[in-house]
Amino acid sequence: MKIPAPQHSGAVGVARPRLEAPDKVAGKARYAADAAVPGSAFGYVVTAPVARGRVRHIDSEAVRGMPGVVGVLDHRNAPRLNPEAGNFFGPDGSLRLLQDDAIPYAGRPVALVVAETFEQARTAAAALRIDYATATHDTGFAADHPSARPASTAFGPDAEIGDVEAELAASAVIVDERYRTPEQHGAAMEPHSATAWWEDGRLQVLDCNQGPFTMAMTLAVLLRLDPAQVRIRAEHVGGGFGSKSMLGPHLVLAAMATTVLDRPVRVTLTRAQVFQTVAMRPATEQRLRIGADTDGRLRALHHEAAFAGSPIAEYVENCPEPSKVLYAAPAIRTRLTTVPLDILPPYSVRGPGLTPGSFALESAMDEVAERLGMDPVDVRLRNEPAAGPVTGLPFRGRNLAACLHEGARRFAWHTRDHRPRRRREGGLLIGTGMAATCFSTGALPSSATITAETDGTYTVAIGASDIGTGARTALTAIAADALDVGPERIRLRIADSDLGLAWAAGGSRGTTSWAWAITMAAAELRAAAPATRPFTVSADTSEAFAALPYAERHAYSAVFTQVAVDPATGEIRVRRLLGVFAVGRIVNPLLARSQAVGGLITGLSTALHEDGTRDRVTGRNANPDFAGYHIAAHADVPGIEAHFVPDHDPDDPSGIKGIGEIGTVGTAAAIANAVWHATGTRQRTLPLRLDRVLEPGRTEGDLPVR
Amino acid sequence: MSDRTRSAITLHANGDARALTVDNRRTLLDALRDDLGLTGAKKGCDHGQCGACTVLVNGRRVVSCLTLAAAADGSEVTTVEGLAGADRLSPLQEAFVRLDGLQCGFCTPGQLCSATAVLAEHAAGWPSAATRPDRPYAPGRPTPALDAAEIRERMSGNLCRCGAYPQIVRAVLEAARDTAAEHAHTPETGAADLEESHA
Repeated sequence: MKIPAPQHSGAVGVARPRLEAPDKVAGKARYAADAAVPGSAFGYVVTAPVARGRVRHIDSEAVRGMPGVVGVLDHRNAPRLNPEAGNFFGPDGSLRLLQDDAIPYAGRPVALVVAETFEQARTAAAALRIDYATATHDTGFAADHPSARPASTAFGPDAEIGDVEAELAASAVIVDERYRTPEQHGAAMEPHSATAWWEDGRLQVLDCNQGPFTMAMTLAVLLRLDPAQVRIRAEHVGGGFGSKSMLGPHLVLAAMATTVLDRPVRVTLTRAQVFQTVAMRPATEQRLRIGADTDGRLRALHHEAAFAGSPIAEYVENCPEPSKVLYAAPAIRTRLTTVPLDILPPYSVRGPGLTPGSFALESAMDEVAERLGMDPVDVRLRNEPAAGPVTGLPFRGRNLAACLHEGARRFAWHTRDHRPRRRREGGLLIGTGMAATCFSTGALPSSATITAETDGTYTVAIGASDIGTGARTALTAIAADALDVGPERIRLRIADSDLGLAWAAGGSRGTTSWAWAITMAAAELRAAAPATRPFTVSADTSEAFAALPYAERHAYSAVFTQVAVDPATGEIRVRRLLGVFAVGRIVNPLLARSQAVGGLITGLSTALHEDGTRDRVTGRNANPDFAGYHIAAHADVPGIEAHFVPDHDPDDPSGIKGIGEIGTVGTAAAIANAVWHATGTRQRTLPLRLDRVLEPGRTEGDLPVR
Repeated sequence: MSDRTRSAITLHANGDARALTVDNRRTLLDALRDDLGLTGAKKGCDHGQCGACTVLVNGRRVVSCLTLAAAADGSEVTTVEGLAGADRLSPLQEAFVRLDGLQCGFCTPGQLCSATAVLAEHAAGWPSAATRPDRPYAPGRPTPALDAAEIRERMSGNLCRCGAYPQIVRAVLEAARDTAAEHAHTPETGAADLEESHA
């Protein structure tokens, strides 16, 4: 099909405020918990305080008579669920709620108390007496834990090219270090909420999630319903960051409750329950062995990673991915291990795999530069691969070098004295650091429907989700250019599972996947050149996706930062944070920049603050709130700089890549490297807590320069 | 309508007197959202730790999740729905839209209510922990202009997980400048405060 290129030079590439911003600043945008569904009852989740054991008895009868109580669901009266239901990696036991008396992790929902009002439900839930039989639990993660086993190869096998040991033996310098990262939470500002009800034989759900279509399909399997019987909508979503990319416990419980009680039920998680029942990024422990020649060329790259898992669901925290992509080396070995424990099954959080993985790799690369006395930027540039270092496949738009050059130029990196602990301001030590990184990109099958309306407008329907990414605004621009009209003539419908097959806002593949479907539908509509309106076409990218050539597809970034460290208190202040990104064609510079800046801030937060802690005695989250689990606040964040270099994916019709995760990925290593440059001490465990950084005995004015 | 567990109260919400009977356990946040339909204020943590529920009570910012509705009886309550004028957004709201001071938008109502109060607190001469010792607030002296550090300090009770902080700070600075200009006052705020790029 040959279509003339669009002539309307309009929407893509132009900075425009997000379409829903006027509603959001006026308080008019309706999120899941804002829906006023008539006749709704409120469900309050009851969670297990023990990390392993079983429910011996739940005294439901005692609370059924309390004021306003409509019903109590537990494993004795809840609908039976399909054990085959799961996620991207396979069956997921964290979906099978209230099916038996087993407790596989602390925070496991064991009952739902439903009442006329929120207060009544909360009071009755607090009064619900439950007896537990407690078993010995194990939540202590370590890479050499006896239950460690090879991780799933869902993201590809371990790498094994060349002879790592021989290359290490021949290397001029060798770095061999271990790195640790804690549990980290998505911690979207909107707690998970769903309102569910049956209407004309269909289960209707107002939810907050990252992909209504995939949620509806999973829920249909779980409840053994015809997929056509399930409709999930999520018009406005208060952030996701992975935490809304799987079917949440709130939705499963609301669906079961409305089925049993025959009235609309809203279930909203408390903030503590979000921490306890919604999957987190697992703790990791990694070992990097890198051997290099005196000129900075790598000989061997060995990246071993272990992450905490669960016996009831598979997941892959793909830490070694950057070691398969970023640098050329004659020998590369990766190993990925999971350690099943009595914890909530982990799942993707912003920048999955690469956020901890690049912290380890890019910290180790900085150590290589240190031992060689080289500029860390030069070490990276010296090891640019011509093709995929492990796969041998061609790169599609590899612009890491451009990011490094542009970042170094903007940061005035050439003025840096690479020796550590050389710069001070009063009692503060000042340092700079950088990191390079990548995140895999691409598109996944989606469908779109476009109707040319009689009034000259176009209704574009796609099962996309706008979780704050700007997808609604970006896709409107994509549709306008693809249809060769102004964006004011586009009416976009999203966030509804009835709109058909669509990938979720996840894996940095949302906008890419949806834009492709819209572009394809628009091309078919223009080819049809309808004489009468309304006229509707639909397109599905499944075949085009299957026909894509195998290639190395990634976004890239280089992150530069300056920190000030007070060795007397251990306090680190990030003074400057600059990211340069190669993320394909930029659809909307204003919104793209916001997303990249936000990613850098999340990275700053993981570097300095976020520390999901488990009480070894109880196995519970020890800090399930924003006082204990601090995320970066206004005062933690300086002015942030994000810039884009020219880039495009030649195989994508819109030339775009994803921006959602790449901003987060490189930041922790850059900050840790800057802290080393300031203090002379390597930090290999996140977060860079005060107690890890402070120098005992130091007081103000007592700062020997080493 | 009052009894041992319920109270009849009146909330003057965004200028409208609204009489209602509330469960004594009901927070102001839940009363606004579920009884008055003012769902702009958001419940992000219910513990006063995130600031998404921030509203103005008698002109002062409070976290409405830690305020009992019964205790707010008779109060003037301004929510995000009440910040705009009759036919246009407030300068702060306009700046948030123009400068992209939001992403998912969930914390935005709290950020806006908080920022509205920050401008008022600053105009009233309230110092903050970030106030520079060489530019103190003092009776009879001109109020030092807000700068980015002041705004970051004063807004730190409002978390934003999307990381819209730099754009929010810029929006508050621009709104402060516009407000100051309307009052024919020359602020000390310089271009360096607004434009933090090192490029």
